[in-house]
Amino acid sequence: MSALHPILARKGRFLPLLSTAIPIAALLTGLLARQGAFRFGEAVTLAWPLAFVAVFLFLSVWYVAMAAPLRGGRILRTVVTHAVAAALICSVWVLSGAGAARLLVPLWGATFPQRYAAQVPVLFTTGILLYLLSLALHAVLLAVEATREAERHALQLQVLAREAELKALRAQIHPHFLFNSLNSISALVGTDPPRAREMCLYLSEFLRKSLALGERKSIPVREEVALAKAYLEVEGLRFGSRLTVEEALETGGQDCLVPPLLLQPLVENAVRHGIATRVEGGVIRLEARRSGNRLRILIENPFDPDAPARRGAGVGLSNVRSRLAARYGSDALFAARKLADRYLVVLSMPAQAAD
Amino acid sequence: MTDAVPVRVLIVDDEAPARSILREMLSDRDGVSIVGECANGFEAVKAAAELAPDVVFLDVEMPKLDGFEVRELIDPSIAVVFVTAYDSYALRAFEVHAVDYVLKPFRAERLGDALDRARARRGQPPPPPDAATALAAAARPAGTYLSRIVVREGTRVHVVPVDRLDFAEAQDDAVQLKTGGRKLRKAGTIGSLADGLDPGRFVRIHRSYVLNIDRLARLELYAKGSYVAILSDGTRLPVSREGHARLKALLGTEAGA
Repeated sequence: MSALHPILARKGRFLPLLSTAIPIAALLTGLLARQGAFRFGEAVTLAWPLAFVAVFLFLSVWYVAMAAPLRGGRILRTVVTHAVAAALICSVWVLSGAGAARLLVPLWGATFPQRYAAQVPVLFTTGILLYLLSLALHAVLLAVEATREAERHALQLQVLAREAELKALRAQIHPHFLFNSLNSISALVGTDPPRAREMCLYLSEFLRKSLALGERKSIPVREEVALAKAYLEVEGLRFGSRLTVEEALETGGQDCLVPPLLLQPLVENAVRHGIATRVEGGVIRLEARRSGNRLRILIENPFDPDAPARRGAGVGLSNVRSRLAARYGSDALFAARKLADRYLVVLSMPAQAAD
Repeated sequence: MTDAVPVRVLIVDDEAPARSILREMLSDRDGVSIVGECANGFEAVKAAAELAPDVVFLDVEMPKLDGFEVRELIDPSIAVVFVTAYDSYALRAFEVHAVDYVLKPFRAERLGDALDRARARRGQPPPPPDAATALAAAARPAGTYLSRIVVREGTRVHVVPVDRLDFAEAQDDAVQLKTGGRKLRKAGTIGSLADGLDPGRFVRIHRSYVLNIDRLARLELYAKGSYVAILSDGTRLPVSREGHARLKALLGTEAGA
């Protein structure tokens, strides 16, 4: 927190602050005019300067409250600090009233300061009460500030975590995919040079695209699918006839925006935990459809339910799930289901068309 | 290698290009005869039994059976060289006495070194008899339990998901697995099998028995301090004092009866 009082730290708060002098002045007027100690006019002229001084004087309670917090500090120390501060502040306040009384002598006569002096105990007590009131208000203010600060901090952390996760995700081109692809290229160079070259090109295309897309905030489904297809082309050279891709991509669906590389982990899972587990391989099916204001994406693949579990199956899924939640909150739906020997992932989110 | 000792090689990888580069590089070496190529774990186990290779070049992630399960099921005297893109399996490969661990992609020289090591290993005694079930224990990622048990009968491979295992019984140098109406014999000791199973679901109730606690119907007092476990299909298994303590610890007071 800054050294400046939070109320003074912002411009718009000065007038409302000054206006708090009104009830204080009214209170003091009533107090001074009671039982005829002062006439109404005298009370008013004394009450206003006292009220304005009070407003600024009791603002300083904030610093005391900061130095000796009501919660978490040592009780004795807190009590003593506030007692001393209250006595000090009230003395200054009462003295300022004495000054005002002296200045008012031309108006109300020479006895005015003495008549004021008679009211000092009442004013001092009132000052103590004002101090306590101010302390209570400041305690509330501090608590609210602390809560806000905590919220802001939490939000900042959340944003940082999300960014870190995204960054990690963008950088997450599985090295094993690269190693396996390079191994295939190494094999093809000897037996089938044109295909080796083709594979280099697909691999480059996939790498270039995934690097470029990761930099953007949103991309059309079309580009995401193009990336997935470049990936599947590379994997197709590894798996040969075991890997087939089927797509049903509606134009409206392809135009919708999604976070970049949203589908990539799902497509990789479909290969690694699906096609690769089956001797006979199978079909990976990609669907994107817009219906009304919703975008629905489906990825389906066969898998061997008896296959030993391969590592890392859940990582991709939880990544996609949390990215969807971060972007759309409860407006997005993510479902992954095993149906006998088929694996089905469905995403549904608000359709945002590209311009 | 100029003094080429003849060596029979089996290649196992589910990706055709990966098999072809192994074949290309290995067939250049003296004395190598490639006796077979397999695209999945079942084929590999069958081929290893029928073709009696000296060395298997073995991928890890494959359909049906992974490389570690294949290692577990084939003759322990066959030298195994793992060939994979994953460096994370290296420690487990060492635990199952792999001759070498080659990372994809590789140079011909690197593969040649692996072949030489395999040659050097020939004629040395195979790993100790308990190796088979120890291999099974190593065939799973650290901190997890077996989800299935693989058993070979001749050239046939049975895969038993652990929830279908009723109990296992020690028999000489092997373990008999009881699953449904079937009995399967697997090499290795009951101790190392028990080590691989989830202790929350499988209990060593006796020196010779490991029981799936889902199959336990009740316990009967047999003699002072000794009990009999009655399974839901009526089978009666002996429970030792230690076994009873373990059951009690797992089931709480229920086992008191």
